[in-house]
Amino acid sequence: MNYRMEWRKAVNAVMLTLTGVCALLAVSVLFFILGYLVWHGGRALNWEFFTQLPKPVGEAGGGMANAILGSAKLLLVAALVGVPIGFFGGIYLAEFGGRTFAFLVRYTTDLLNGVPSIVIGIFAYSALVLPFRHFSTLAGAIALGLMMIPITLRSTEEFLRLVPRALREGALALGASKWKTILTVVVPAAYRGVLTAVLLAMARVAGETAPLLFTAFNNRFWSPGWSQPTASLPVMIYTYAIAPYEDWHRQAWAAGLVLLGLVLITNMVARGVLARGMSAQRS
Amino acid sequence: MSIKLALDQNPQANPLRGSLAVPAADLHLRIKMSSLNFYYGSKQALFGINLGIAANRITALIGPSGCGKSTLLRTLNRMHETLRHTRLEGEILLNDENILEMDVTRLRRRVGMVFQRPNPFPKSIYDNVAYGLRVNGYQGSLDEAVERSLRRAALWEEVKDQLHKSAYGLSGGQQQRLCIARALAVGPEVLLLDEPCSALDPVNTAKIEELLFELKQHWTIVIVTHNMQQAARVSDFTAFLLNGHLVEFRPTPQLFTTPADPRTEAYITGRFG
Amino acid sequence: MATAAIPVKHAGPGWGLRALARRLRNGDEIAHLFTLVFAASVILITSLLVYELWVNSALARHKFGLSFLFTRVWDPIFDQFGALPFVYGTLVTSAVALVIAVPVGLGAAIFLAELAPPKISGALAFVIDLLAAVPSVIYGLLGIFVVVPLLREYVQPFLKATLGFLPLFQGPIYGVGFLAAGVVLAVMVVPFIISVSREVLLGVPGDQREAALALGATRWEATWKVVVPYARTGILGSIFLALARALGETMAVTMVIGNNPQISASLFAPGYSIAAVIANEFSEATGDLYLHALVELGLVLFLLTFILNGLARLLILATTQRGVGQE
Repeated sequence: MNYRMEWRKAVNAVMLTLTGVCALLAVSVLFFILGYLVWHGGRALNWEFFTQLPKPVGEAGGGMANAILGSAKLLLVAALVGVPIGFFGGIYLAEFGGRTFAFLVRYTTDLLNGVPSIVIGIFAYSALVLPFRHFSTLAGAIALGLMMIPITLRSTEEFLRLVPRALREGALALGASKWKTILTVVVPAAYRGVLTAVLLAMARVAGETAPLLFTAFNNRFWSPGWSQPTASLPVMIYTYAIAPYEDWHRQAWAAGLVLLGLVLITNMVARGVLARGMSAQRS
Repeated sequence: MSIKLALDQNPQANPLRGSLAVPAADLHLRIKMSSLNFYYGSKQALFGINLGIAANRITALIGPSGCGKSTLLRTLNRMHETLRHTRLEGEILLNDENILEMDVTRLRRRVGMVFQRPNPFPKSIYDNVAYGLRVNGYQGSLDEAVERSLRRAALWEEVKDQLHKSAYGLSGGQQQRLCIARALAVGPEVLLLDEPCSALDPVNTAKIEELLFELKQHWTIVIVTHNMQQAARVSDFTAFLLNGHLVEFRPTPQLFTTPADPRTEAYITGRFG
Repeated sequence: MATAAIPVKHAGPGWGLRALARRLRNGDEIAHLFTLVFAASVILITSLLVYELWVNSALARHKFGLSFLFTRVWDPIFDQFGALPFVYGTLVTSAVALVIAVPVGLGAAIFLAELAPPKISGALAFVIDLLAAVPSVIYGLLGIFVVVPLLREYVQPFLKATLGFLPLFQGPIYGVGFLAAGVVLAVMVVPFIISVSREVLLGVPGDQREAALALGATRWEATWKVVVPYARTGILGSIFLALARALGETMAVTMVIGNNPQISASLFAPGYSIAAVIANEFSEATGDLYLHALVELGLVLFLLTFILNGLARLLILATTQRGVGQE
């Protein structure tokens, strides 16, 4: 009996410690990734990286200015595609949606959210590249925009639903019509949450590579226009990482550091915005 | 007594019927409800309510919780329409105009409402009061209208130096008076109050009750309260509802001293719990 | 009682043309229609996606039928397309990923939900969320330059020496291959398992835990025998979610799997996955049949993740609703 109790206590201690080790392991991965990128990428990072075009193979130096600009352009248009659909779709679900149709919208949104990014790439290719017979910045941006829709839409719905009923009633009772109530009371009360969702969605697609491989493709030079291929940070990282050149690896680390930095900072800012917004609403 | 008991002889001419107390002929009726039935889905919540609301008087609706008093109040500016699966039958006249055929936003401008818990918008004090004016496209001076409304709600002196600060910085009682000011700003004829003091302490409750006396000079007021003392203190007429039926409607002093219906007596003497 | 015979009038939305005209005037119907268009566009886009996948895979579907999934020759020059090596690679790498990620993820989730003080748990959950946000190409980068050398120099020789009698750990060591892809995938899906499982575990009513502790169970016994079983469907849901993600993951796998369409029992061998072959060959596919075969692979991937995500959502929903119901 005593022996059995001792055994159970030992199992308890060992297993609880193991769960702690698991948590530590999981959390330390982030710090490892961060540390490793800062170590390798930081050494490769210089002013040229942000201002120069890539050099041809064999020549040292050069930068990824075109890829940085390309990513910015892709994100801009992606947001222009994804945010309105997500935002207004979310308003529809939270404020107007009936039963059957709203269910259908919600269901397809979740479905779209689960579609692997490479499949989104195939879709954008067959819908936006094939008909025009060449890769384009616009096709890549739209592919990323599609990926922003589900996060923005469902979060907008969720945050609008969190707005207390009393606020809506207050506005309606003053003779505001429903759409004015939504525009002047409900959306302002939920905007922090929606903003957070948009930022998180942008951070997510900023690092997406697969949908760009055969839409925006890649470009060693400045992209001449929206209908032409463009370089982007994630695709550059991929191309440079699998290439057999030491100097390109160095640049891949630098690009990785820049990309990760942007993504993590956006995440932290977004979550910070959310945290402040929520406490303000409670007080 | 200027208010006399009268049995209504012709229910079609006058929405008040049965053994209800009817305000005398010298009183103008602002609102007349006839044969009001209300349903939440298939569940009926109000049964054939006939009730007249006297102009420039305070009418209190009392009754145990779930009796339908808040539901009745909400039909007066059609706030029930914000809930799905509700149905209203009957007729409600505001100055002899059927409110069910009115544009709902216009109706709500004419029949303002203050809710159980203060619900200021997450905006400044000024913007809260100006809100109704802005959404309704008010043309005059907003500053003047805001000041006038805040003065009427007896809040001006307390907030005049912090008009552009968040309304959430105010105390609960101040917030509720802000909500009253906000409702008054759009120039309603009738003010509906749904248990306006239930979230407030006695001091703030007294302030609001005092305010109601002032307000009834210009406005017709309907107040729902679960607090019988409050009804007795502030109202001119009191309607007692039970399970969706209007049991008794009389001048307040009479209802509380000599109730005609045994159920009313049971309720005001506390036998309903 | 004399009830007045007053004509009954209905109020509320949807009452006749006049009401409609009025509602149009105050803008509510316009706003409704306006937002409806955006909501409907989601359905339109998703339907279009399915349509494109279906139409653009027609040639391959008709030519190969179901045998597409079960033949192993992938030869664009002779228009022979069998997807078995890719399906195999996808399944094996995902299985390896789950074998590693489930214990670690569940362990960490238990720690966060049951043992850590709320403040620490919240902070760690924040870090886990950040980890989930790391782009997959970064995982691929670290996969190539950290995981692969590590496996090649230390882990695989060790496995070969100790567990070499198993076919899983035999054959030449390359570094890149099923094992490398599985390990990288494991690191990538752990955050998903942790954050969903943590939510589910936190949703288990406190009385369950207390009842077990009151009966003399140790902390671990209460957790493992009462709390975890209570939350098991939700945890299973989190695993399905992780699996769906692993199956569809492209970049990190492409970078470390070796990209060789072969079926091998050994985890050390290079392989290929569905997503990886699409990524590598799609933009260079010449010939309609070739392209259609690749799109059909996309369709397969789409269907797999569709089913898994659906199941995951059902399971998670079932647990969270049970939790609510019992409160």
